[in-house]
Amino acid sequence: MALLAGDTGADRVVPPAGFTVRLTLFSAAAMALLVVFALALALASGRLAASWGEELARTSTIRISAPVDQMAGQTAAALRVLQTTPGVGRARALEPSEQRALLEPWFGPDLPLDTLPIPQLIEIIETGSGYDTQGLSLRLQAEVPGAVLDDHTRWRRPLVRAADALRWLGWGAILLIGGTMAAMITLAANAALAANAQVIAVLRLVGATDTYIARAFVRRFTLRAGLGAFVGMLLGLVLLILMPNPDAAGAVLTGLGFRGWHRALPFLVPPLAAAVAFAATRAAARRVLAGLT
Amino acid sequence: MSRSGTIETRPMLRHNKRVDDREQGACVIELDNVAYSYGGGELLTDISLKLAPGSFHFLTGPSGAGKTTFLRLCYGALIPTGGQVRLFGQDVREMDRDAVAVSRRRIGVVHQDCQFLDHLPLSENVSLPLIVSGRDRLEEQVNLKELLTWVGLRDRAKALPPELSGGERQRAALARAVIMSPDVILADEPTGNVDWEMSQRLLRLLVELNRMGKTIMIATHDLSLIRAAKSHVQARVLRISNRRLQLAGADL
Repeated sequence: MALLAGDTGADRVVPPAGFTVRLTLFSAAAMALLVVFALALALASGRLAASWGEELARTSTIRISAPVDQMAGQTAAALRVLQTTPGVGRARALEPSEQRALLEPWFGPDLPLDTLPIPQLIEIIETGSGYDTQGLSLRLQAEVPGAVLDDHTRWRRPLVRAADALRWLGWGAILLIGGTMAAMITLAANAALAANAQVIAVLRLVGATDTYIARAFVRRFTLRAGLGAFVGMLLGLVLLILMPNPDAAGAVLTGLGFRGWHRALPFLVPPLAAAVAFAATRAAARRVLAGLT
Repeated sequence: MSRSGTIETRPMLRHNKRVDDREQGACVIELDNVAYSYGGGELLTDISLKLAPGSFHFLTGPSGAGKTTFLRLCYGALIPTGGQVRLFGQDVREMDRDAVAVSRRRIGVVHQDCQFLDHLPLSENVSLPLIVSGRDRLEEQVNLKELLTWVGLRDRAKALPPELSGGERQRAALARAVIMSPDVILADEPTGNVDWEMSQRLLRLLVELNRMGKTIMIATHDLSLIRAAKSHVQARVLRISNRRLQLAGADL
């Protein structure tokens, strides 16, 4: 932390605010903004994968289409089968009122359900270990001819995989952005060192050690990168807050944003950016200085 | 610490920490069969020299003879391609970069085209060696003022280096070279850019430093400067010719 407390003398020996320093400020801000978005994306898709994988996949439905007079008998038979199926935690036939509520969004409230041949739905809630989908299908085929097992996991699984992939894409993007920032700051530091060749020659002549000379540059780039990243992070957070509220837009997408302790994560971006700048500038300065007499 | 005579007014230049060395005859800079070649040709060869503390040397020779290279060997900016250079008894080949940096705090260097930090005022440029070596600057402030008075730049303390004339720059470089109270001052054509009167003034400053015990080496091709110095100080004249270092005759 001597870096921050600072030898202001070391900072003053480098001419103030070069062009490269402003570029560093800008690229750090842009990168931090992108990192905040990538972070939000990664965390949101992580949440999506987790909620789809855990909650939704635990339920499935059986649909029974049968003539009206056989409906009750087949429903009872299906429930009997389910009671003896390992991995099924709970199974119950939906009440007509619940079925009506499910259909309401599509057909309106005035639908005369009683007069229509609506299939009976049975909701299955799995236990943690889950049941054997194929086995249950076969048993139902044999004992309840009108029953069709609707396994949600069949179509949900690729979605969970996609959400997972999206999450890793997000983390990968964060790594790439970090690497790009290190590269940019290295280039900027090299340019600054080259532009200040006379300053370095003078300092060498009057007996400054490499550490002292490097510190002047490292301090400047570290502080600028940290400051730029802080501005970029704030901007990113503001943009995220301004995004449409997921509840209003529909609950299917969990929405970009930070929940719970994840809210602390964006604030790690500026220190990390400063750390990247510190390492990049120091390596660049050491390399350049080692080549001088 | 003794406070007497003219030295009293310039505490900056007062300390003579190498007095013991001088009595023992230890050398501040020592070259032993030194050779230096640039890429193809050999520029200097078979050079041996011992700079005793308190000595005053002129280094002369035609331009391109290697005077600047020779000086750069003397402050560790170049590593000899043959032979040995010792700074304060230490072989430069065995010194790491930090050791070279620290040795420069004991060797003041003045170049013909002296460079400064153009964004800092003269006073800060002169005290730069103190700043980079982490010496307390407050207690040195008085010394800085006296030093600037001594080189006649007191009124220009706030000026930026690009605003200074050639002579002022040379004197500023000299002040910067001596602010750490170094044991040796190496000057490369210090009078190259200034008129005769100014060169006499610089010479007087260097002679005065020599009287305080500093070892001085001035590279110059200006023979009249050497002649002018001879009446004030006992100087030895070295000449580089034919890649070798020779002691020039007393006929100058």
